[in-house]
Amino acid sequence: MALEFRSVTKRFPTNSGEELTAVQDVNFRVEQGEFVSAVGPSGCGKSTILSMTAGLYQPTEGEVLVSGEPVKGPNTHVGFMLQKDLLLPWRNIISNIEFGLESRGVGKEQRRARAMQELKHCHLEGFDQQYPYQLSGGMRQRAALARTLAIDPEIILLDEPFSALDAQTKLLLQNSFAKTIAEAGKTTLLITHDLAEAVLMSDRILVLSERPGTVIADIKVDLPHRDEPIKRRTLPEVADYAAQLFKLLKLEEKAA
Amino acid sequence: MAQRHMTTIVSLTLLALVLLAWEFLPPALDVPRFIIPTLSDCLAEFQRMWAFEGLWTHIVSTALYTALGFAIGSLLGAVLGYLLGMSAFWEKVLSPYILALQIAPKVAFAPLFIMWFGYNSIPKLLVTVLIVFFPVLVNVLQAMRTVDRDLINLARAYNLSRLGIFWKIEMPSTVPNLMAGLRIASTLAVIGVTVGELVGGNTGLGFLISYGGGQANAAMVFNAIILLTVIGFVLYSALVRIEERVLHYLPKAHG
Ligand SMILES: Nc1ncnc2c1ncn2[C@@H]1O[C@H](COP(=O)(O)OP(=O)(O)OP(=O)(O)O)[C@@H](O)[C@H]1O
Ligand SMILES: [Mg+2]
Repeated sequence: MALEFRSVTKRFPTNSGEELTAVQDVNFRVEQGEFVSAVGPSGCGKSTILSMTAGLYQPTEGEVLVSGEPVKGPNTHVGFMLQKDLLLPWRNIISNIEFGLESRGVGKEQRRARAMQELKHCHLEGFDQQYPYQLSGGMRQRAALARTLAIDPEIILLDEPFSALDAQTKLLLQNSFAKTIAEAGKTTLLITHDLAEAVLMSDRILVLSERPGTVIADIKVDLPHRDEPIKRRTLPEVADYAAQLFKLLKLEEKAA
Repeated sequence: MAQRHMTTIVSLTLLALVLLAWEFLPPALDVPRFIIPTLSDCLAEFQRMWAFEGLWTHIVSTALYTALGFAIGSLLGAVLGYLLGMSAFWEKVLSPYILALQIAPKVAFAPLFIMWFGYNSIPKLLVTVLIVFFPVLVNVLQAMRTVDRDLINLARAYNLSRLGIFWKIEMPSTVPNLMAGLRIASTLAVIGVTVGELVGGNTGLGFLISYGGGQANAAMVFNAIILLTVIGFVLYSALVRIEERVLHYLPKAHG
């Protein structure tokens, strides 16, 4: 098992003095090599779950375990990616990809070699000397993935990495991410608003309730082609899964 | 390209028109030359100043103190800005005093500095340092406050130390604001030196202004002002050049 949340509750102090409970009693496990998505209403604590996994802050109650060890702070097991690519604009693409390796005592030449390898994996050959502003949004996200993969994390955390992209770029990028991640055999937790995306990319989907967020359903996606969302997309069952999520999130009632 | 040619041509034409107006309008309107000297008066006075007033020494002195005051003031401003930017506590403690000092008219300190340090070059240097210091400090501090939290979290997730975060994230993120602060500061540096020289001392273009003014030599004052502007302009242009090189990674608005 790669990632486990054990009765995790997170409360934030607020300006009014009262505490805000972002997530309450969250329990789930992600197995080695699994691709799990988390969907839920806005503000239900999805990003909070991600930040706790990355060790950016601690749960108020409960435990977060990565590879069986409690997460005590930022650590080398986890790599994360957000909607914003967070590329450093003053660095060219290759040294952006190297960024995560610099604080890990990896020698200069080794860093470059490693980064070049990931550049290829993410289909950015020839763009190593470009600066982020010279790349399209989709290419920047691929560069961010390359940077995440370069540190060879055990778990990859993705917080809506495709949500700022147009529909076509999104589909192509989902496909390329799915392939790259499957090839690398990485355990992945994807946070998304896009129900179809969750169905197309995951082995399992966690459905979270309104704030305070808690896991209300854990759905196994029993479909082939996890590494090729474009193929999976053509399967008729995809619509059924999406409908099921739709119902669980009570979207109809909310629209009424 | 044609566009750029056009702006240059119009710009130069405008300059020529202004120079012509300067040369011919005052005599045409019967303005006496001790009120508004013409272009040729100023050129003649320039030659005289160069030959008999040691103009070159004055220019060098002013340029030197402008550069020195600018360098010291912006270095101090940047260093303090970064230090305060790293400590929310000290920033809160000191911000009202910084604000007060920022509002206080710095040039008004010149007579005080002369009382304290005498008629030498220290007062004008101090005024310049003081006037340059704040825009740099305030710009750096502002930029440190607005560094993207997510970038810092990313760096933390990659196990960067506090110092590593400073050098690899905060410092480069704040360079655009630092450069903007330096640009403002460069224009103020000339003012600082000028006031320092006006108030006390016997060297520099500021001194020539008060000396020329005392003799009702308007052409001398004109020349000194023009030369001060040139010094400021050179400093400013140098900074713009540096900025273009340092910030090459920012997308350019015009192709
Ligand atoms: N650092 C923080 N300090 C205080 N409150 C916070 C903090 N981070 C998150 N919260 C609060 O916790 C709740 C959950 O936030 P979170 O960002 O995890 O939601 P989310 O599910 O990711 O939402 P979205 O889908 O809109 O991104 C929100 O009400 C938010 O205001
Ligand atoms: Mg979020």
